[in-house]
Amino acid sequence: MQQTNRLRPFFENITFERDDNELVLNFGPQHPSAHGQLRLMLHLQQEQIVKAYPDIGYLHRGMEKMAENMIYNEFMPTTDRMDYIASSSNNYGFALAVERLIGLEVPRRAKVIRMLLLEINRLMSHLFWLATTALDVGAMTIFLFAFREREYLMDIIEDYCGARLTHAAIRIGGVPLDLPDNFIPDLKNFLDKLPQNIKDYEDLLDTNRIWLMRMENVGVIPTEMALSWGCSGPMLRASGVAWDIRKEEPYELYDEVEFAVPVSDKGDNFARYKLYMAEMRESAKILYQCIEKYEETVQNNQTELMAHAPQYISAPKLDIMTQNYSLMQHFVLVTQGMRPAVGEVYVATESPKGELGFFINSQGGPYPYRLKLRAPSFWHTGILTDLLPGHYIPDVVSIIGTTNIVFGEVDR
Amino acid sequence: MRSYTPKDDVQKKSYYTDRYWVAPQVPKSDVSEDAVFAADHAELRAHFEILEAYIQRDQMVVYIHPKDNYAVLEFLRDHCGYTQLSELSAIDWIAQRGGFEVFYQMLSMTKRKRIRVKCFIGENEAINSVEKLFRSADWSEREMYDMFGIKVNNHPFLKRILMPDDWEGFPLRKTYPLQGDEFAAWYEVDRIFGKEARDIIGPEIRDAARVDRYDTERFARLGYEVPKGTPFDPNQPKTSLAYQEEGGVFLIEGFDEEKSTIISDRKR
Repeated sequence: MQQTNRLRPFFENITFERDDNELVLNFGPQHPSAHGQLRLMLHLQQEQIVKAYPDIGYLHRGMEKMAENMIYNEFMPTTDRMDYIASSSNNYGFALAVERLIGLEVPRRAKVIRMLLLEINRLMSHLFWLATTALDVGAMTIFLFAFREREYLMDIIEDYCGARLTHAAIRIGGVPLDLPDNFIPDLKNFLDKLPQNIKDYEDLLDTNRIWLMRMENVGVIPTEMALSWGCSGPMLRASGVAWDIRKEEPYELYDEVEFAVPVSDKGDNFARYKLYMAEMRESAKILYQCIEKYEETVQNNQTELMAHAPQYISAPKLDIMTQNYSLMQHFVLVTQGMRPAVGEVYVATESPKGELGFFINSQGGPYPYRLKLRAPSFWHTGILTDLLPGHYIPDVVSIIGTTNIVFGEVDR
Repeated sequence: MRSYTPKDDVQKKSYYTDRYWVAPQVPKSDVSEDAVFAADHAELRAHFEILEAYIQRDQMVVYIHPKDNYAVLEFLRDHCGYTQLSELSAIDWIAQRGGFEVFYQMLSMTKRKRIRVKCFIGENEAINSVEKLFRSADWSEREMYDMFGIKVNNHPFLKRILMPDDWEGFPLRKTYPLQGDEFAAWYEVDRIFGKEARDIIGPEIRDAARVDRYDTERFARLGYEVPKGTPFDPNQPKTSLAYQEEGGVFLIEGFDEEKSTIISDRKR
């Protein structure tokens, strides 16, 4: 047993000097293609992986503990730090869970704005995925192209909420703001160019020999393995299970919009790549329909953005400033927090990475008694234990890439 | 007099609760109200002892004996179509009931239904692993062990997953303070510099919200940045924004604030 000595890394229960031909390779946690803080202990026979132990926890901030000591609204900005590539989707998952717990119905305009934000976030996340994965595999051009498009989307989000990465753009009970004037034209402008952009990426990658060799028949996840490991989102759909929560258990207005759920039965890296591209096209389709819905709410003069529930949600600013009772309610809600009923709820939403679930146990107090964050990337990292053996070292990089794990979410 | 805080539950409490406040309940409905859940419940009841079952917010909650957990989950997977274990964790009830409630959140893709299987175990009892049924339980059970200290029987590799291997205490228990305990405050000092450096370095400040405005070493006053160790001076002049490092920084050497313009709109 190695001694725990100072200023020297200490590897628990791992002997690097071995009698057999197995080499133990420490991959990460500061490896540039490990997508954050992933450490992999790889046992190698020559260049082939025999065993893989993903080691996580380098970004653990104890969000579940923090949630137990925060009022519900206070926790909202913390959820941004889970999947920081698409932070509105985390905000939304949490807001929806609390709304289900207290039984709130959100005004229609807020629903449309939420859907716009969610799909923009999906596009941002998928573009980021494409950029980083392509960069890991060596395709620098794609990285620059995809980041350029993502930058435009971040500008649009910035126009809405002022933040680019950690949006906190959704509140429990609705959204805080209406869309700014230039939001819809800018978004349309972007969406009109998106099909050509996606085609550009595909032209560069689909027939690229290096890309195909790194992607095709690499990292094949059979259906049983994906189900057993609790995979969700594109990871599950690439393995032949047509399961999209937006379609199967629709929330917001997803039952009113038309979109397809792309599925592949190949289960390899290339299938996942094609799925991400197809999902971007579907997101664009949803966004066009949401723009129409938004314009309908403008015509019908549905201006409400927050649900009316004085017990849980503060009144609009105008009421707070003019009416005594609203001001009192607001004061209590800010200083003490809302008190949902005693009960439990588990709400799953389809985040860009997969099934993002929030389990809340409320004991009637302003602090949740237990809040469990079900982050999809946690199991998408765990599956590396079974997926990597048999592959070669260069495949590790492309497999980590296509699992699309984000460590803010894995470690929480 | 110092206010009393119970040691077995250090979670933050509301500082004021109206004496007439009665917490409302999220409505629970009977299992028979949903045909799919009623069928599943009847099948389960034929094979296992069900302590309690109800529907809350469109999901069925079933309480079972902890010794049955493997068999119930196997039955649900093979006979009722609940093929995915989406979540598994525990709730700490040590202060109230002396144990943990372990829950298994299951999903049936064919029925589009979610159920939650729950069981109660005492503080020092172990629970059987369901890793053989669902590989995802491998990591979830490790997380549960890491966070609550619940031992899991028959687990292939029960080891801490998020916290370091040599950590003491279980962070998600209600007895564990939010800012960490004595062990946590000294952990990094002991591991990196050794115990003998404790006097020199001092314990780690684990309160993220702590701000000492007179501390010029650890906390920079925005706009009044000074070299490390400079004593605090209330009349400190504002640092120029055009501040440059000695010898100039290569890229921004020629930067002139007056001449620069901010582009109002980006070409999309």
